[in-house]
Amino acid sequence: MKTFNIGGAHPSDNKISKDATIEDFPIVNKAYITMAQHIGAPAKPIVAVGDYVKVGQKIAEAGGFISANIHSSVSGKVQAIKPVADLAGRPVNTIIIDVDGDEWMDSIDRSPEINNNITLSSKEIIDKVKECGVVGMGGASFPTNVKLSPPPGNKAEFLLINCAECEPYLTSDYRLMLEQPEQIFVGAAVIMKALNVDVCKIGVEDNKPDAIAKLKSFESKYTGIQVVTLEKKYPQGGEKQLIQAMTGRYVGSGKLPISVGAVVQNCATAIAVYEAVQKNKPLFEGVITVTGDCLPVQKNFRLRVGTPMNEIMDYIGGVPEQAAKLISGGPMMGKAIANLNAPTVKASSAILVLTAEQTVRKEESNCIRCGKCIEACPMGLEPYLLIRYTKKNNLEELEKNEVYDCIECGCCLYTCPANIPLLDYIRVAKADVMGVMRGRAAAQKAAAQKNSENNKKEK
Amino acid sequence: MSTIIIIWTIVSLTVLGLLLAVILYYVAQKFKVEENPKIGEVDAVLPQANCGGCGFAGCHAFAESCVKQGNLEGHFCTVGGNAVMKLVAEKMGVEAVEQAPQVAVVRCQGSPDKRKKTNDYGGASSCKVKATLYTGDTGCKYGCLGEGDCVDACNFDAIHMNDQTGLPEVTEENCTACGACVKACPLDIIELRNKGPKGRRVYVACKNEDKGGIAKKSCSIACIGCGLCEKACKFGAITIVNNLAYVDFNKCKLCRQCVIVCPTGAMTAVNFPTPLPNKKETIKVPKASEITKPVVPPIKDTVDGSNIAVDSSVKVEVNKEIKTVKKVEE
Repeated sequence: MKTFNIGGAHPSDNKISKDATIEDFPIVNKAYITMAQHIGAPAKPIVAVGDYVKVGQKIAEAGGFISANIHSSVSGKVQAIKPVADLAGRPVNTIIIDVDGDEWMDSIDRSPEINNNITLSSKEIIDKVKECGVVGMGGASFPTNVKLSPPPGNKAEFLLINCAECEPYLTSDYRLMLEQPEQIFVGAAVIMKALNVDVCKIGVEDNKPDAIAKLKSFESKYTGIQVVTLEKKYPQGGEKQLIQAMTGRYVGSGKLPISVGAVVQNCATAIAVYEAVQKNKPLFEGVITVTGDCLPVQKNFRLRVGTPMNEIMDYIGGVPEQAAKLISGGPMMGKAIANLNAPTVKASSAILVLTAEQTVRKEESNCIRCGKCIEACPMGLEPYLLIRYTKKNNLEELEKNEVYDCIECGCCLYTCPANIPLLDYIRVAKADVMGVMRGRAAAQKAAAQKNSENNKKEK
Repeated sequence: MSTIIIIWTIVSLTVLGLLLAVILYYVAQKFKVEENPKIGEVDAVLPQANCGGCGFAGCHAFAESCVKQGNLEGHFCTVGGNAVMKLVAEKMGVEAVEQAPQVAVVRCQGSPDKRKKTNDYGGASSCKVKATLYTGDTGCKYGCLGEGDCVDACNFDAIHMNDQTGLPEVTEENCTACGACVKACPLDIIELRNKGPKGRRVYVACKNEDKGGIAKKSCSIACIGCGLCEKACKFGAITIVNNLAYVDFNKCKLCRQCVIVCPTGAMTAVNFPTPLPNKKETIKVPKASEITKPVVPPIKDTVDGSNIAVDSSVKVEVNKEIKTVKKVEE
């Protein structure tokens, strides 16, 4: 069975919510739609306070090349546009909508039939994906249209659909594979057409045999799309790890997947692309898992973007007393929720409730140079060394040691026998080094521009 | 037999030693790096703390730059202060530029009794890490994170965490205003301010830019931007930007009218001998310096307000001070 061959860890998968079918979450009274739901520049609101908006109506426009449109997930009156604290407590510009009924835009095709007749051309598909504000649902929220337009000089050779769902506890992708398998296939076919490639592989980890069987039954119907079973290992769903596992190609340090001809899309993104292109439905809802060993019920909800997380918790009976920590996302890469009033965003994948025993951090001791973190790092980095440089603030050495390659998977911290919070420090170092690199690139660009201007003047 | 061996050993080692000495002398003369002797002279009067507070890599780099430039513009040794700069100017034969002595000031008073905790932080004990993760474990996102990056950054043992308040406190006698803590703080809470006559100064010990109601809710001692101090100030020293007052230390005449009118206690006055009339009673928290014995005995106030006496033995004084600090570190 295939898997990536550098590093990785084997956290127990704890998929306790896997048998919960996807339920529609009731529409809340007030939706908080934030303007920073993607990587890159925040979107700019195009509605005013007092405007009436429908479900699926564009309410904010992309604020730059790497940015995405945002659509209303509810119908009602815009009550306010003001900064609201996100899950980390930082203020983000947010459109607050007072919900009134559930009136959808007429252009959205709400019929349940699957439309697998792809009529649009490659460029039209990319424009449609951009218009509908589709972003990567795997967690990074990278605008999908940017990913579908390879930079000049690069040609996509194949498409990989990421159905690995290697994070423990998460089951939203798994439920989608079981309940909407054909949409994944049509979505993949649409992306293949947009990229002009004829090979597509869907990678699923072997801990989901029923999903694999379900997906395999559609293989014959859609030519060129193949389901590949992967050995369970974290972080299989990492872009570079998935490419290596499924094709054997290594993406070089600091390079993009397109440099080896690969484009990777998450399975929820494939469904979002399908809905955008074939059903004209912008991205305003997604499936999220609400799980935790201390919860009385395990749920998978189809949820409108902008639902406050405390309403989700109230709906399932409140936060249990023994809960000590709530995480947005999985236990390995998710972010702790410091502010439960924060709304969900496009890429929200789960609310995980952990008890005090599950979250206790053992006391940190000294590094004994056992090298386990090096063994575990799927990017071939040396975490123990990186943290030493970080503490000394030696950005030059950090850059030399390719700290920017870190995918923040947390394998180093997970395996460290001395309980050193390696990733906490590396994340800071990565941000610092990347800031320096960006500054340098900008300075070089400015210098080059000045040079060319001077040359012109001389001529 | 054994005496012969001993004699031979002595003779051979002496010869070898002399030979090597000659080689070393020759090499030292041949490859001597020519340096302006002035650099060495200036370097000698510097404190040799190599803290980087002046903006140079160390004391030698500072001296080199001074001599190269020919004047002292843009050069100031924060550790030595005016006294050392006077000596440097003497060595270089130029006029010294006096600068008011400064001290690091912590602009947050959010101890747990005033600023309630809203969650528990379990990550790495570093303010920088905490700041990248979220807005901290209290309701105030501008306030001190309490993980002590400033304490780690200090080379002079001048800043310590107070266990009771969870906030850093500056030991004024040790602070050289090198700015290491200012750079280390990810939330820019620490500021270098003029020390003021006899160490007396008035400042707003808060960085909260939220609107009054929100600020007050998260911390009872926060600046709420009410503007009373601005009105009370007769010298125009106080400005309010983004719901936060700021005292310009160049304009402040230390009348403390602003302290009297401040409804929350964010306006702070330190080192004044008599307590203010009308001042509401506040709970007295023992200072870090009171709990732990001060490292350096309190130095008498001097003419210029700096903590180094202005006399010919300045260099020795400074070095003594640093030596004491080093001892503590060991």
